[in-house]
Formats: sequence, C-alpha cells, structure tokens
Amino acid sequence: MNMEQALQTYIEESRGLLEEMEGILLRIENEARHDADDINAMFRSAHTIKGSAGLFGLDAIVSFTHVVENALDKVRDGALEISGGLVELLLKCCDHIGLLIAAVPNGNGELDAAQAADGDALLAMLRRMLGAEPAEAAVPAMHEAGVACSGGGPLDGDCWHISLAFGRDVLKNGMDPISFIRYLSTIGDIVSVVTDDSALPELGAMDPESCYLAFSIEFKSEADKKTIEDAFEFVRDDCKLRILPPPSHLSAFVERLEHASGNTDMLGQLLIEAGILTDHELEEALAAQARAVAADCSSRPSIGEMLVKEGVVQKEVVDVALEKQRQIREHKAQEAKFIRVNAEKLDELINLVGELVIAGASASLRARRSGDVALLESTSAVSSLVEEIRDGALKLRMVEIGETFSRFQRVVRDVSKELGKDIGLEISGAETELDKTVVEKIGDPLMHLVRNAMDHGIEPAGARAASGKPARGTLRLNAYHDSGSIVIEVADDGGGLNKEKILHKAIEHGVVAPGQALTDQEIYNLIFEAGFSTADKVTNLSGRGVGMDVVKRNIQALRGTVDIDSEPGRGATVRIRLPLTLAIIDGFLVGVGESAFVVPLDMVLECVELPEADRRLAETRNYINLRGEVLPFVRLRDEFEIKAPPGKRENIVVVQYGGQKAGFVVDELLGEFQTVIKPLGSVFRHLKSISGSTILGTGEVALILDVPALLQLGVARDGQMLAHERDRAGFGAYEVSADLTGE
Amino acid sequence: MNIRVQRENGISRLKMEGELTIYQASEIRQELIGHLADCDEMEIDLADVVEMDTAGCQLLLAAKHEGLQQGKSVRFVSHSQAALEIIDLFQMAAQFGDPLLIPAQR
Repeated sequence: MNMEQALQTYIEESRGLLEEMEGILLRIENEARHDADDINAMFRSAHTIKGSAGLFGLDAIVSFTHVVENALDKVRDGALEISGGLVELLLKCCDHIGLLIAAVPNGNGELDAAQAADGDALLAMLRRMLGAEPAEAAVPAMHEAGVACSGGGPLDGDCWHISLAFGRDVLKNGMDPISFIRYLSTIGDIVSVVTDDSALPELGAMDPESCYLAFSIEFKSEADKKTIEDAFEFVRDDCKLRILPPPSHLSAFVERLEHASGNTDMLGQLLIEAGILTDHELEEALAAQARAVAADCSSRPSIGEMLVKEGVVQKEVVDVALEKQRQIREHKAQEAKFIRVNAEKLDELINLVGELVIAGASASLRARRSGDVALLESTSAVSSLVEEIRDGALKLRMVEIGETFSRFQRVVRDVSKELGKDIGLEISGAETELDKTVVEKIGDPLMHLVRNAMDHGIEPAGARAASGKPARGTLRLNAYHDSGSIVIEVADDGGGLNKEKILHKAIEHGVVAPGQALTDQEIYNLIFEAGFSTADKVTNLSGRGVGMDVVKRNIQALRGTVDIDSEPGRGATVRIRLPLTLAIIDGFLVGVGESAFVVPLDMVLECVELPEADRRLAETRNYINLRGEVLPFVRLRDEFEIKAPPGKRENIVVVQYGGQKAGFVVDELLGEFQTVIKPLGSVFRHLKSISGSTILGTGEVALILDVPALLQLGVARDGQMLAHERDRAGFGAYEVSADLTGE
Repeated sequence: MNIRVQRENGISRLKMEGELTIYQASEIRQELIGHLADCDEMEIDLADVVEMDTAGCQLLLAAKHEGLQQGKSVRFVSHSQAALEIIDLFQMAAQFGDPLLIPAQR
C-alpha cells in the first residue's frame, strides 16, 4: 500500500471515528447520562485520529486533537464533569477535526485563516475548561485508594505488598494469623510486617476471642501471585486479602499482557491470563460490581475501576490491560467486520454475474431442447449455483441504512436549535439493507424531507401545547422491506398538511383546474409539483418552493416513487419507495403473442385464469370480480399494441405495489426467470410502462414492465376504482403466490 | 494460666505462667481488668509464658492501651521465647516497647 492509499484509508477511518464520537455525544446529550464505555470509546477515537495523524506528519491535526484527547482523558478520570456545554464544545471540536481532515488531501491539513482562528478559539475554550476544573477530583490516584492500613506505603522496594484484614471470627474458627504469616516465610522473605491494631477496642469492651488485627506485609518472593494467595486459602472467605505485585513484576505483567493470546477480550480474563489477577479476586470484584449496580442502577462501574478501587490491581496495570483489550477488540472487529474492496471491482463482479446469468439461461434452454437428462441435471445444478452467486454478489453491495439515518441525529439537533424548536429524532428499521448506490443517492432527498418536516411540519412549542401535544416534537425515520422495494418513511407529529391551502395554491398556479375532483392523496401529492410551497414565510431552511419537486425527481431517477400521507393535526408521513437493487432481479416471465415480458417477481401476488365469462365482459370494462374484490386490470395486448390475436385462454397476473393491486392480462405464463436488467438507451427515456430490458436464453429480448407506471395508467383510466382505503391486510392470495415463488 | 500478683506502693507486679492463648483469653481479660483497677502502675512478667497466640497478643496490647487511657503505666518485662516470637513476627516491638504508643507508623 503506498502512502497515497494509506492516507486515503486514514481519512476514511478518521471520518468513521468522528461519526462515532458525534453519535456518542448526541446520545449523551439526549439521554443526559453516559457510561464509562462511551467516554472510553470517544477517547480512543480521538487517540487513534491523533496517533495516525502523527504517522503522516499532519501536525495541525495532532496538536488540535491532542487537546481534545486531554479533555476526554480528564472526563474519563472523572476530573472533568461532562456537561451540556462540554458536549456542545466537543461536537464543535469534532467538526473542526473533520475540517482538518477534509483539508488533508490538499495541503497537509492546513486550514484557511478564518477556520484556523475558529480552531484556536475552540482550543482556548477547551483549555479553559481543563484548567478550571481541579485536577484529580473524583477518583483518587492509586496510592491513595490503596490499602487500608496504617503506615506501609505501597510498594517500597521490590516487594509484594500484602494487606490482610482478618474477619472477627478467625480465631474462634481455629485459625491464627500467626500460622499464615509463618507459612508465608516458607515461600519467601518477610521484609516487614506492620500490624494495625487501630480496630482494637478497650480492654473492657473487647471480645478476647475475636481478632482485631490487620497486617500489611512487605514480602519478597519469586512465587507468583496464585501461590501467595494460596497461602491464605483456609481463611480466604474470612479475611480481606490484597496482594499487589512488586514494581519489578509490573513490567513483567505488562509484557505478559502485551503478549496475551487474544483468546479473550474480557478484562478480568486478560488479567488472570497474565497472572495479575486470581480467579478468586475476579469473582469478588464481579460480585462487588453486581452489588454496585444493584445499589445504583444508573451507574455501572467497569470491572477495571472496581479492581483499582478495591486495591486489587494497580491502576497502571489496568490501563495496560485496557489498552490490550481495546487492541484485541479492534482486531476482532476488523477480522469480523470488514475488508475494504474497491467499488469498481464489485461492479465488475456484478456485471460478470449478470453475463453469467444470461449465459446460464441459454445453456439451460439448450439442455432442455436436447432432452438429455444428465445434461439437464447438470445445468439445473449450475443455475441454482448461479442464483446463489448472484444473490451473494448483490448482497455485497447491500449496506444498512442505519448509518445514513444516524447522520440525521446531528442534523435534527442543529436544525432544531436553529429553529428554536425542541425536536427529537426516532430511528427504526436501521438494519434494513439496500443497495449502496441507492444509499448514496438517497441522502440529499432525505435531508430535504427531514428539514422540511422540521421547519413546516412540526409546529412551534406554543402551538403544540395549545393543541395538547407534548412540547417536544418527534421526527421519525423508518425503513422496511416491502414486496421487492425498500420503503423509507419520514414522519413528523406536527400539524399535517393543509388540504385547502394546497388546493388553493394549486388552482392559483394552474396545476389543477377549479372544480376538479381530487382525492386527499392526490391533493397531498401536489406538493411534489414544481414550484410549490405553501409556507407562509420563507426561511433559510426551506419554503422557497424548490425542493420537493427535486426530491421527487431524484427518487424517480432511482426508479422509486414518493408519496405523502397526512392527518390534520396529527402529522404527515412521507413515504419513499425504492427498488432494492439496480442490477439483477427475480422476474416472472409472461408471453403475449410472440413477445415476452418480465414482471418483477416480488410484486407478483398470484396468477389466475381469466374466466370465459369475464373475458367477454372484459371487452367493455377493465376490472373483474376476484373473490369479491374489484380487481382492475391492464391488457398488455392493448397496451403494447400487439397485433397477434389472443389465444384460447388468457391469464391474469395479479401484482401488488405500494398497497395497490391490479392485474395484467397475458396469454402465457412462462415461469420464473432470473433477470439481468439492461437499461434502455436514452432514445427510450420517455417510454412509460417499460423500465428496462433483458436477454432471454434464446437470445431474444424481453421487456421489463414498469409495474408502478402501469398501475398508475390503470388508475388514471379507471378513475376512483382503486380505492386506496381498501383493506391492505385482507389479501387472501398469499398461498397462491407462495407456490409461485417457490418459497 | 496462673497469674501471681505482688503489690508494692501501688505497683502491681503480675507474673503470668503457662499458656496465653485464646483458650484462656476470657479469663485473663477479667483478671487484667481487675488488677489494673487496683493499681497505679502495672508490670507484667512474661518469662513463664510458654505459649502465646494472636488472641493473647491482642490482650496484652489492649491492656497496654487501657493503662494508657487510665494514665497508668503498663509494662511487660522478661518476655519468654514464645512471647518474643509473636511480637517479633508481628513486628510489634515498637508498639509494646514505647510507653507513648505512637500508632503504627514506620
């Protein structure tokens, strides 16, 4: 990997880390609480950005990030309290680091004067915050927290430091500290013993059979911690034992930690593996942790903190172990999660798979014609493998939409501040996957919709209170899969769309003729017409009347659709529907006369024969009665002006899209077909009802039907027949479609 | 354990004989409380203590503390080997030897 590539990788990684930090900060702000993991994660992000920047000699990034890292370190130590102000400041710092990183490709991360001044201002604020707080406030350093014992500063000389507080009842249980200390002297040299008698009551008040003494012992030995601990095995449950390794061992521990096998990423296990912690100590610490959580649910002390606080392990060792733990986790995460692949290579692969699918179809066809059973068998095995490869290859391009969604946390935060509204963002369906190219292109339209919803959708707090809604407005981003498409919803709980206003405006603009009857849905969708804005005032966010039509155009360019639902006083939901992939789909092949057409299989619900009676009736009307439901249909023969006369039988392919059902009347049903979408040339750009073409095994071309467009045609023709309030759940047709897709 | 007492000008001289362990601790404590009340100064001879354990050691310490509290000097003399061993093991010579009894601090 040359420097250029390495730098590119650094930039990408840093962006990722910054996004992570931003995410955490926003969460802290929203939930007004945080745990140690959050702070650690942010610290590590800053640390990594700084460290890698050092490798590339990006001094500006190093020096800036260093201060941020310091601040986070203080927060981590508890010396600095995380407050709204600090979060705000850190967010700005993230932005600034982002700027610095963005400036890397052209000129080593140097910024222009204004930006540099901003950076200095941020640094000054950070430093003020760092300086203003007294250092070392909450968690005392190790030597203070250390062993509860009079005298005997820990770790004098190169000795084990053993602190031993016996339970009251050890003597009664027949155990005597003397014997343990004597035993100790058999495995090493007792350098000094300090006996603490401060717990000893007055002669009159004491129970002479109880033990009141505690000891701290400086102990020189080559034995390992486990052996030393074993010396106290018999009183283990009856005393408080702390064994701190001598300083010279520390480096050995650290070394051992650094060479730990990496089999575990649990801190406690790591320490045990390195011989620093014993099983018993870990158990105790875990129990103490559980108690602490039970006592105070809001804070969950980390095991490392507990160990240091209890004086079981030195802080330095825990720090090393934490670092090791981080390395292991990072390593694991990288192993488990990602390899970076050039997008071009992926595209190439998918193209090849596409060709493979076509060639495979041709081979199967020839095999079928030859009637050679063995050949048929092998080609069918090949096609099923090809199918798997195709799915696999397409999945490579699939990414979760969550990342795109979470970017809006920041947008919502900033915009709501700007607007002076209190708006929260709720995200669901973040794990829904869609094609990477689609994700990249959906960002802008989504941004527009989100801003629009916040600006116009959600009312100011006063108006909300007046209509009995919670002061905090809610914006929802949701995604889910639905019959071969992904649906992305942007919903707000604002005032909803004003039908009269839209209609009025539409008539004013001549989009709609006065007196034209429109459904609510149609009225709402008018806002996607060019030059349409009903906002009374224009803000710098939206309201200029450009945008919604651009949104619609962008989405249509992705072969998607957009529509809007609104309930007066309750809010509006914009629903974007996009095809899952742009390359290969499962198709359902139908024949009309000599021509073949492909219907995307995901949209096919069922196939029924067009009954003779309906056939005759169908000459005059474009719907049939399907099990008591009105099913409008489109005759593909008429639609595409195919001259060949219809055969003896005709079939209806029932399709569903976006909650609408309709039928296509065709001659033949030819079955499933893997369809590689070949885009139509620009000559056919204006062609409605055809979304692409594909090549059949015979080498013939089949046209891919644009189901949404055909449905709209059907709707336009049959007027209000397709009542959209039809019960969407009431499909009795799924059994049939299940047979059809073989699922 | 047998404790013989000699009184002289308000000074009680106690001579402990036998075992000074948890088994006798209760009994010895009572005696110590009694004798301490009766005198202005106490000297305890440990020469014939044949065995001593933690409980015994604690007891001696407590007596010393008690004396200090009542403003009476409590001294231990002629430590037997058994007594010395324990005091040595616990490294409490300073705590015992110094009448001022500075709390453990090296």
